[in-house]
This record gives sequence, structure tokens and C-alpha cells, in this order.
Amino acid sequence: MAPNNTNKGKGNKGARNATPIKAGRNKAERPRRVAGAHSAQTSLRDRFISWRQHHRDSLGDALQRLNAARASSAMTILVIAIALALPAGLAVLLDNARAITRGWDGNAHLSVFLDMDTSEARQRELASEWQGTGHITRTEVVTREQALAEFKALSGFGEVLEALPDNPLPPLIVVFPDSTDPVTLRALENRLGEADDVDLVQLDVEWVRRLHALIELGERLISALTLALAAAVVLVMVNTIRLAIESRREEIVVVKIVGGTDGFVRRPFLYTGFCFGFAGGLTAVILVQVALWWLGGPINELLMLYSSEQSLTSMAASSLIILPLFSGALGLLGAWLAVGRHLGDIEPNF
Amino acid sequence: MIQFDRVSKRYPNGKDALSKVSFTLPAGQLTFLTGHSGAGKSTLLKLIMMIERPTQGQVLIDNQNLNGFGNRHIPLLRRKIGMVHQNHQLLFDRSVFDNVALPLVIAGYARADIGKRVRAALDKVGLLDKENLNPIMLSGGEQQRVGIARAVVNKPPLLLADEPTGNLDPALSEEIMDLFKDFARVGVAVLIATHDLSLIARYNHRLLTLREGRLIHDGDESGDAHGA
Repeated sequence: MAPNNTNKGKGNKGARNATPIKAGRNKAERPRRVAGAHSAQTSLRDRFISWRQHHRDSLGDALQRLNAARASSAMTILVIAIALALPAGLAVLLDNARAITRGWDGNAHLSVFLDMDTSEARQRELASEWQGTGHITRTEVVTREQALAEFKALSGFGEVLEALPDNPLPPLIVVFPDSTDPVTLRALENRLGEADDVDLVQLDVEWVRRLHALIELGERLISALTLALAAAVVLVMVNTIRLAIESRREEIVVVKIVGGTDGFVRRPFLYTGFCFGFAGGLTAVILVQVALWWLGGPINELLMLYSSEQSLTSMAASSLIILPLFSGALGLLGAWLAVGRHLGDIEPNF
Repeated sequence: MIQFDRVSKRYPNGKDALSKVSFTLPAGQLTFLTGHSGAGKSTLLKLIMMIERPTQGQVLIDNQNLNGFGNRHIPLLRRKIGMVHQNHQLLFDRSVFDNVALPLVIAGYARADIGKRVRAALDKVGLLDKENLNPIMLSGGEQQRVGIARAVVNKPPLLLADEPTGNLDPALSEEIMDLFKDFARVGVAVLIATHDLSLIARYNHRLLTLREGRLIHDGDESGDAHGA
């Protein structure tokens, strides 16, 4: 083989540029000619096929390298997995908590206990008077007899109550507000408390609100934790890729000398970063599922004791794929940062 | 193929590696570049490879002024230049075939085409039967020939060699030189940087001599000025 066709098509170039040095000053034309000379050697289709091929090769190469250094790859992947499993697992638990408390908002009501000697007629009068006024959607009358019957049925203290000379339960009006806003509720509570014949107003929504506040706090904490641990994953990846670049310094130099573009040099490292991230994410999914399975028994028992119809739900099917992809993106980002930072340092020299 | 027009290079540490160097290398010519170490041979090669940029003057490769090239054009320039190194710069984590194929993979040749071209290049340097070996199993001369095969596999119009015979005995050096002469014969501009004076003396080719960054001699070995 002899490079005998290298000057093909270049014969007329010299003629066009009778004074080559001056012609070289025409900046706009030069880069295109470089590209032109290149594509004359390889067709666009060939280049696309080979570009795709290189992507495939880079991915294969990345996987092969992960496999070749199995122990250290496994450790990196586990670090990523643990870092991501923690917030992911907490998020699942929080989702469960949210699902359990959902619908409790609608049960928010005020119990208005009237004086013992209030007549049933007066009780009904008050109830219909309040209905539809300021933030009250609906009222419900619970007479002393109804209250007693209900209490007997539910509490199991029926015998004891029979023994009492009088019905100890006060007449009750249950008031359903149209909002759960604490200020509105507080105002409503005060207003009702000042009404004639009212003994005590009890707000039954407060603990739900506290629980919601706690859940919100949990959400914030998990977000912060996710951010911090995602940053940790990126940093782990930066370091891993930095070492990978360092160990392949010679290869990078040679590739640059024979005309490899930065993209060509970068590609295997980006794939490595993505593979690490993706594998870490998958492992995190497995860790979370195993932990949920492990916790599932006790948690379901606990839920049953609280007579909730809910049972522990595991990760949503979508997060099974979203978490690895998110993790892969983190790996990619880390690799990108490392490559940008360190690849420029490696230049051919002789 | 190569034109230097009053090229100077001063490194950031203030050292003048090249001062106002001008010469032209036409296609199909084999030229020696010599000088003591530190005379500027490496800098001159680096300017051609765009590893460094000139402080003054202009370098033209294939009638294209490198001063107008951005960093992203460097890979495309380097694909036109075959580079042979003293220490071969082979990769020992892959076969001879894959070493030689690297420039073609990078330039985006089709797979089938790569096989043909690599075997043609290996055939040219007489290593066709070693394509599946790891280059570490080859002798110094064979490694150098793998390096040459890699340098010429995509038929670049320009071939640079940095001390290509540095570690080789005279017989092997001659083999390598014969290869270079063959390439020059088919139109490649070949520039060989060497301080192996016996090698230069054996062949009556054009000789560029650098001393402290200046081109003090341009002609054939006997001293006649060369009509470049």
C-alpha cells in the first residue's frame, strides 16, 4: 500500500492559490476546506455509521472496563446505591404516610358541646341557625340519647353506663367548616364558644394539621438529603473518572495525535460515568425494595392496629426506571465535569 | 506541503525556540531536519502538529494557514499528518491490528474498509502475519514499523518522523529509511527529525539544520543550497 492517491483533487488548489501565503489569510474559507478534504475520504453515511459504531463501542468498552475491575467497580456502584437508596427509601415511607393521612382533612370538624340543661329544641334551633353562616357548611345534631347509644355501642362500657342514674353526656352539635385554615378555624371556634348555651368547643383538626406539618418537614428534609447525596454521587463520579482518565493517559495522547476529536476522547468516559450511575441507581432500587420487604411485616401490623385500611405500598413502577436514569444522569454529569477538568491537561508532547 | 514563513516561537518562560524560520517542503520530497537537542527540532514539529502555536509568522500545511485554525480544527489537521515517534507511542492494551486501525476508526471509516486498509499498511511494513499479536511481543524494529503503519494507514499527504531510527541498529534503520523513501516516491512529503548524522550522511537528501532556533542550513548534505 502506498499513499498514492493523497493528492487526488488537490492539483487545482495550488493553481487557485497562486500566492498560497496570502490565500491562507482568507479565514472564512479555511475551516470548510479542512472539512471538505476530510469528507472526501469518508462519506457522510460512513461517518454516521462509524459514529454510531463508536457510541456502541464506547458503551461496550465502558461495560467491559467495569467488568474487568469488578471489585472496585462494585464498590463505587454500592457507594452510589447507598447514597441514593437512603432518600429514595425515605421518600417511599413518606409517600405512605401521606397516603394514610389523605382524606383526614375532609373529616375536620368542631364539636360544640352545649350546656347539660339545653333542650333538644334549643339544640336543633342553634344547629339550623348556624348552618350556612360564616364558614359553616353543615351541622349535625347529636342529642344526649343518640350520644349515649353511640357511646354504649362503641366503647363497650354499656353496663357501666346503665348503672349511672343520669345520662352524663352533653348535647352536641357537630359543625363542619368549609376550610381547614387555622385562622378561620380559630375564629369560628371563638365565635361558637361565645354563643348562648355553649359549654365547650373542641377543634378536632389540630393534630391532623400537626401531622401534615411534620410530613411537610419530612419532605423538605428528604429534598435536602437528596440534594446533598446527589452532589456526593457526582463527586464520587468525578473522582472515579479522574482516575480512569489518568490510567488511560497514554491512550488519550495517541488518540489526540492521530486526530481524535475531543468528543471521541470524551465519549468512553461519559459512557463509563453513565454506566456507573445507572448501575448504582438499579442497585438502589433493589436496596429499597429489599428494605421495604423487610419492614413490610411490622409496618402493616402497625397500620392494622391503627385500624387503617392502608397497607404499605412499595415504590411506584415509574420510579423503578426513573431512579436508575436519574442516577445515570448524575454519573454522566460527574464524568462530564471530570473530563472537562482533566482531559485538557493531557496533550501530546515529544 | 509545508510552508514556514518567518516563524518564531517564544515559550512563556522567555526562551526563543525558533527565530524567523522560513522554508518550504514540497510534496514527494524527503527532508532531514537536524540540530542539537534544544535547537528547536521538537518545537518545529509541534508547530506543524499544532501542539504549539507560533508567536510570529505563519505555518501553512497543504496551503492552509494554521493561524486561522481554531482548536476544533486541530483533529482534522492531524488526520492529514502521519506521525512516527521515537518511542513508537503504541498502545499495549490492544493488538497490532487495533493499533494501526486507530486513525481509521477515529476518521470514521467503514468497518470493512478498515480491515482492508490496515492489512495493506501492515503488508507494506512487512508485518501482515503479526496483526493479532500484542505490540509488546514485537522487537524494537517491528514496533517502529507498526508505528509507521499507523502513521500511513489513512494515506496522509504529510509524514513526520521524530528520531525514527533512534533505538535501531544500522540495518534496521536502513529498512525504515527505505520505507520513508517509498512514501516520498508516491508523493508524500516526509520530514525526518534526527541527530543521527551517519543516517543523514548515508542518504543524499535535503537537509535542514537548526541551531539555537535559527535555520542555518538548507540544502543537501554536501552543503549546496536547495532550490526549494
